[in-house]
Amino acid sequence: MFRILDKQVLSPVIKQMVIEAPLVARKCQAGQFIILRIHEEGERIPLTIADFDREKGTITLVFQEVGKTTIQLGSLEAGDSIRDFVGPLGTPSHIEKFGTVICVGGGVGVAPVFPIARALKEAGNHVIGIMGSRTRELMFWEDKMREVCHELFVTTDDGSYVRKGFVTDVLKEVIEERGKDNIAMVLAIGPQPMMRACCNLTREYGIKTVVSLNSLMVDGTGMCGCCRVTVGGRTRFVCVDGPEFDGHEVDFAELARRSATFRVEEQRAMEHHQCRCGQGCGGGR
Amino acid sequence: MTESKTPKKQIIPNKHPMPHQDPVERAKNFNEVALGYDEETAVAEAQRCLQCKKQPCRQGCPVEVFIPDFIKLVAERDFAGAIKKIKEKNALPAVCGRVCPQENQCEKYCTLGKKHEPVAIGRLERFCADWELAQGVLPQETAPATGFKVAVVGSGPAGLTCAADLAKLGHRVTIFEALHVAGGVLMYGIPEFRLPKRVVQAEIENLKKLGVEIITNAVVGKFATVDELMEEEGFDAVFVGTGAGLPIFMNIPGENSCGVYSANEFLTRTNLMKAYLFPDWDTPIKVGRKVAVLGGGNVAMDAARTALRLGAEESWIVYRRSEKELPARHEEVENAKEEGVKFAFLTSPTQIFADDNGWVKGMECLRYELGEPDDSGRRRPVPIPGSEFTMDVDTVVVAIGQTPNPLVPRTTRGLELGRKGNIVADPETGATSKPGVYAGGDVVTGAATVILAMGAGRIAARSIHDYLMNKKAQS
Ligand SMILES: Cc1cc2nc3c(=O)[nH]c(=O)nc-3n(C[C@H](O)[C@H](O)[C@H](O)COP(=O)(O)OP(=O)(O)OC[C@H]3O[C@@H](n4cnc5c(N)ncnc54)[C@H](O)[C@@H]3O)c2cc1C
Ligand SMILES: Cc1cc2nc3c(=O)[nH]c(=O)nc-3n(C[C@H](O)[C@H](O)[C@H](O)COP(=O)(O)OP(=O)(O)OC[C@H]3O[C@@H](n4cnc5c(N)ncnc54)[C@H](O)[C@@H]3O)c2cc1C
Ligand code: SF4
Ligand code: SF4
Ligand code: FES
Ligand SMILES: [Mg+2]
Repeated sequence: MFRILDKQVLSPVIKQMVIEAPLVARKCQAGQFIILRIHEEGERIPLTIADFDREKGTITLVFQEVGKTTIQLGSLEAGDSIRDFVGPLGTPSHIEKFGTVICVGGGVGVAPVFPIARALKEAGNHVIGIMGSRTRELMFWEDKMREVCHELFVTTDDGSYVRKGFVTDVLKEVIEERGKDNIAMVLAIGPQPMMRACCNLTREYGIKTVVSLNSLMVDGTGMCGCCRVTVGGRTRFVCVDGPEFDGHEVDFAELARRSATFRVEEQRAMEHHQCRCGQGCGGGR
Repeated sequence: MTESKTPKKQIIPNKHPMPHQDPVERAKNFNEVALGYDEETAVAEAQRCLQCKKQPCRQGCPVEVFIPDFIKLVAERDFAGAIKKIKEKNALPAVCGRVCPQENQCEKYCTLGKKHEPVAIGRLERFCADWELAQGVLPQETAPATGFKVAVVGSGPAGLTCAADLAKLGHRVTIFEALHVAGGVLMYGIPEFRLPKRVVQAEIENLKKLGVEIITNAVVGKFATVDELMEEEGFDAVFVGTGAGLPIFMNIPGENSCGVYSANEFLTRTNLMKAYLFPDWDTPIKVGRKVAVLGGGNVAMDAARTALRLGAEESWIVYRRSEKELPARHEEVENAKEEGVKFAFLTSPTQIFADDNGWVKGMECLRYELGEPDDSGRRRPVPIPGSEFTMDVDTVVVAIGQTPNPLVPRTTRGLELGRKGNIVADPETGATSKPGVYAGGDVVTGAATVILAMGAGRIAARSIHDYLMNKKAQS
């Protein structure tokens, strides 16, 4: 069992949890993820390691409640336990001194961007952060991002905070202003359409762009092939070959189709969950 | 003894039939298909054995179970003695009695089998093991603690056997398992209806009683490497039994469509994650109306039969060669046929078509004919030009084989690897090229059988013990 030491509600649908998992904390690096299973009948879901404390042996997760499992996870409190927690999984981010890098986090994607931005800064890069969310209420970790970015741009789709616009709008402005040759790399993590849009933009400028893919997963160790995705015309497994890939090579359309494989069942799982737990866990939102 | 030498023993030509769940019923549930012998049937079957002096049956068993001896005890109704006899050689009889390919092993060499049906050795082995499980297994003796620590990576039959043997020799054993339950393929691959998970878990409970510690959710190569286990965590030796878990795909167009699963994914969702109990259990699975399973081995049979149980109207085995070459166990092919699985022999897909949402809507195949024998001695299937046709399917399960997972091989310093990424280990000892590191099971041989993995775990345990005792003598 893995104990939840702390829980923060970052927005009505975004929660942060600190989990006691010393074996994972000891070795994990930026860009890696864990897979957890809440209870015996639960499914295995992947979540990115958003932060870690090697000394305390803890892992910080930030997740958005989108369906049965994340809602149920969000209903747990500090002191509760999670049945299974495995990691660190996936290949760590490739960190070296590139020069100026832009780290773009969309929505809950800000959480996985954070440790990578921090590692890039520590490696001597000039880190420009761009973070965006649909609306002010969903914005979190601005302070933490400010600590690990030399410059930080914030935007909301609806203009309810700082400015109105998508992260791609800001990205374009920054690239235009600095000049494409002065940007060594872009890292973009967030919802699939956002990553795709960032890649379409940077492709025009010829700037190398890394994305972190969120395919369906089961085991997370290369055993099932459920996470496969086409990158550069080749089939790759996101859980072991990724989750980071060259965004210009990713077949996003295929990824989107495969991600939707169980849409109907996911809906059913939610309904089943709500009718079993009533209002108790906030299933209805 | 004089008694059993009576020259004119009455020969009963056929095995006592195994009671089975009715095929129509069972194709709709996940309960065990073969129900097992009762005491009377077991004793009667045991009496068929001729107690041959030369014991040819034993030579067919990879771990040389004392077959005539245990069968004699069954005939005498000494079931406790019989299971004890079996366990001297086989640590997982409840499993092997169910899933061993007996027709190619022990039973193939049975004297009775020359003219009649062989003695049902596997069924008798299963009977004894089930009898013991029903009684509650007695704790086994362990040698005094040696003070040595051994890490076992992977909890399939190879790892479980190695761990049990080492624990009995007095070593402190820790198993590291990547998944959330121990058992390897026995838990995630072989379906409930062929190998009930309670049987596997009972074996694992026995192991815990021997003092073996099992740490699940622990991926070696990720939370720690084999080198770190030895250098930082103080393990004196390591056994690697990580299996052959990496699925092979066909590499044909359309293979990443929705509704195309590897057999591993299909079976893991169903067995390990219990998707057949969805939505009470959370993990979903989706099978359509018509399922095509590519391949002809045990894995393919399991997938095809699982598909029917998940509600498919039609479940097809699509196999490149002919029925004669099917690598699956004969009994399982028969079971599959009885349940309504259909077979498309001499057929192989060339591409998978998807609808606008990316879901499988058909599969283009080529027909084959058998040509000259290839390296394996089997006649090589050759495509018939222009024989393309489309199979109307909406789900495809790829079951054409697995290779070893590269995680441990790639992260361990100084480990010699074979051409297919398998770990090279001495078959006599299990020793790898790295001192103190031993390996066995599918990670060494490629996908094989439970009993071979078990045998390899046993051999390695013996060598690890010798290695540690040597180390002690030298220090
Ligand atoms: C490597 C990786 C890292 C991730 N990190 C984070 C993170 O830090 N924070 C966060 O909020 N989300 C993260 N996700 C996404 C998260 O795993 C899904 O939101 C979660 O699994 C949804 O489960 P559910 O039951 O709540 O929702 P469901 O209603 O079951 O599913 C909603 C959607 O989530 C996706 N999903 C469902 N099941 C799985 C699964 N087993 N594996 C992967 N995706 C699934 C599907 O696209 C699905 O349509 C990550 C995904 C991956 C692959
Ligand atoms: C569907 C199916 C049906 C089969 N049917 C039969 C049958 O009827 N009869 C028969 O004899 N054989 C059958 N087999 C084959 C048989 O199951 C295998 O040969 C046998 O299980 C191999 O045992 P193993 O111990 O080498 O590996 P496995 O059983 O594969 O176990 C390996 C274990 O190691 C774990 N692992 C992998 N990597 C790591 C890591 N880095 N860190 C920690 N743990 C790790 C895995 O999660 C797994 O639990 C079947 C196989 C399948 C897939
Ligand atoms: S272990 Fe397998 S091969 Fe050996 S006697 Fe038992 S069933 Fe036969
Ligand atoms: S070969 Fe057959 S008949 Fe002879 S001892 Fe073995 S099981 Fe009995
Ligand atoms: S999640 Fe199973 S192979 Fe990647
Ligand atoms: Mg879900």
